[in-house]
Amino acid sequence: MRYEEMGLTEGDFYSRNFQKGAREDTLILNLGPQHPATHGVLRVIVELDGEYVIRAEPVIGYLHRMHEKMAEVRSIYQYLPNMGRVDYGHALGWNWALVGAVEKLAGFEVPERAQYIRVITTELNRITSHLLWWGAFTLDLGAITPIMYAFDDRERMLDILQMATGSRLTHSSFRVGGVCADINDTFIEACKEFIPHMRGRLPMYRDLVTGNIILRKRLEGVGVFDADLCRRYGGSGPVVRGSGIAYDARKAEATPMYDRFDWKVAVQTGGDSMARYLVRMDEMEQSLNIIEQALASLPEGKVMMPKAPKVTWQVPKGEAYFATEGARGKVGIHLVSDGGKNPYKIKLRSPCFSNLSLFAEAARGTLLADALAILGSLDLVIPEIDR
Amino acid sequence: MSFIAPELLRIVVGMVAVMAFVALNVLVLVYAERKGAGHIQRRPGPYEVGPHGILQPLADAGKLMGKQLLMPKSADPILYWMAPILAFFPVLLLFVPMPFGPVLTVQDVNLGLLLILAFAGLNVLATLLAGWSQNNKFGLLGAARAVSQSVAYEIPLLLSVLCIAFQYGSLNLSTIVEAQGSWPWQWNFLCQPLAFLIFLVSAFAETNRAPFDLPEAESELTAGFHTEYSGMGFGLFFMAEYANMVVVSGVCSALFLGGWRGPFFDGVWWFLIKVYAILALIIWVRWTYPRVRFDQLLNINWKWLLPLATANLFATVFLIKLF
Repeated sequence: MRYEEMGLTEGDFYSRNFQKGAREDTLILNLGPQHPATHGVLRVIVELDGEYVIRAEPVIGYLHRMHEKMAEVRSIYQYLPNMGRVDYGHALGWNWALVGAVEKLAGFEVPERAQYIRVITTELNRITSHLLWWGAFTLDLGAITPIMYAFDDRERMLDILQMATGSRLTHSSFRVGGVCADINDTFIEACKEFIPHMRGRLPMYRDLVTGNIILRKRLEGVGVFDADLCRRYGGSGPVVRGSGIAYDARKAEATPMYDRFDWKVAVQTGGDSMARYLVRMDEMEQSLNIIEQALASLPEGKVMMPKAPKVTWQVPKGEAYFATEGARGKVGIHLVSDGGKNPYKIKLRSPCFSNLSLFAEAARGTLLADALAILGSLDLVIPEIDR
Repeated sequence: MSFIAPELLRIVVGMVAVMAFVALNVLVLVYAERKGAGHIQRRPGPYEVGPHGILQPLADAGKLMGKQLLMPKSADPILYWMAPILAFFPVLLLFVPMPFGPVLTVQDVNLGLLLILAFAGLNVLATLLAGWSQNNKFGLLGAARAVSQSVAYEIPLLLSVLCIAFQYGSLNLSTIVEAQGSWPWQWNFLCQPLAFLIFLVSAFAETNRAPFDLPEAESELTAGFHTEYSGMGFGLFFMAEYANMVVVSGVCSALFLGGWRGPFFDGVWWFLIKVYAILALIIWVRWTYPRVRFDQLLNINWKWLLPLATANLFATVFLIKLF
């Protein structure tokens, strides 16, 4: 009743305050938060001239779960499972960022075997994440079948990951000072079997989907980000590597152990959706290389450091920042501790938040279908945006 | 019974038979589509209802009929409910001149081809009404796409059909079928390969099937022109889509693949085999390719299909005049 008196019966804050542009003949369309192409609860308000997007504005906050606040009222161990929920696609990247920050602050030495296991599982997780993206992205483009092929492989990888981490999606197997469990021979055998299988599948994906003329026409030259734009918005991950910036936090931030393996940062110079697509396809191959090398040179030893912290352990006073490369870009955690039971503050630096900012600029002037292709090519995971 | 003209009786019986045929075909095609999609996607497809899920289409139909029919408050009620009916029922008329077999035609119409093309045009109107009347922005965009797409693709479709019509000097489908021989090399797709190809591509666009399913592009427009329809409102659009596929395949088989003519034994079975082969192709394509973009779709038409179809028509006419 009162709302009606105030003249607020239609729409919500965002739709009322999305000002029409200078033109009168445009259509304002609300995509989401339940739109099938926004992969979750992202909402995009677009101003359309026919099929052309004049302006696009993402509205975030529909999946705000207060991850940062939760960190202040929980101990590190209680908080660790949150990391799998921040990015359900690449949970282990976030796991590593959290334990890495704590280890950096406390000055812990992690056993080499544990570090290797982290590398192997994180890279496996990266491939599952890219496969998930690949399927969902082609689904956005109207190809319904590839996701089934992707999930076929992803399912096998999840079975393998389950042996090492105990879970299939929201992994939280890393511990401060190591990992929760050692890997066994079954896991190693399964990995060694899977790597050639996956290497055989990737060319098939290329033949079936990447080389398809319709797909290429949909992606080439669409949503071009130049390197400068990416830098301005703080983009990271495959999004900036598609624009020719060879920035990979695994190399740039010297994530432990990655310097021991022979792998390349996948870079494309196109800057369009196709470049981002190809970067992710190349990354899967690089991840396979890393896993293979890590398995071949897996050191013996313990997987937890001696006198590893127990549940009641309190993080020492100080600040630390640790960043690694998630499947979507640079995953960073800034940990501030006042020496108390819970961390004083944890800041999550999520790649999707920055990458989404690129969307508004890139979508301007494109067709509606292209705008959604650009949105898909950013590989967004919504809980990571809202934190 | 003498007051009932045998002609009228034939049409009534024929229409009832056609209705049964269309309904049966929709059920078969739903099953074929889901099963085909399943096998293309490396899964078994429907498997629970009946042996190998064979009763799944019945269950689907039951579900659709059991659903509440909803209409948005701001929709135009008359147009809103007229649209699905207008989408489905003209399709039945399209089967009237369809030459199923040597004698198995509801009514041999001299201008059969014209009749089919004319009534096929009504489909666009239904889509437009559906998108317009529901007062939904996605629906409106879908309708706008549907109209510009159908109008554009009707032209090359017509031009490619005209080639055949000129060649035989007839718009009667039965005459065209009879004029073709029994063996594959006597069929029209060999002497009119370009027209055949253009017809096939235009047919995909006319029936709104992937990769040209832009009016209902799920990832862009949620469900496009039928966003707000529930239950059998949607069901009729769904049936119309499949019935249109059957019509297009039937016309294609009659014009280009010899219809009911075939090696050894001419008859209705050859017609059905060809129709289902084309339907299988349509299903196969849908589950294989990504969707094209709207401007690309129109570019294919205006820059390639239309000039090629026109050139083909001129060449055909020229050759006919020459010999």
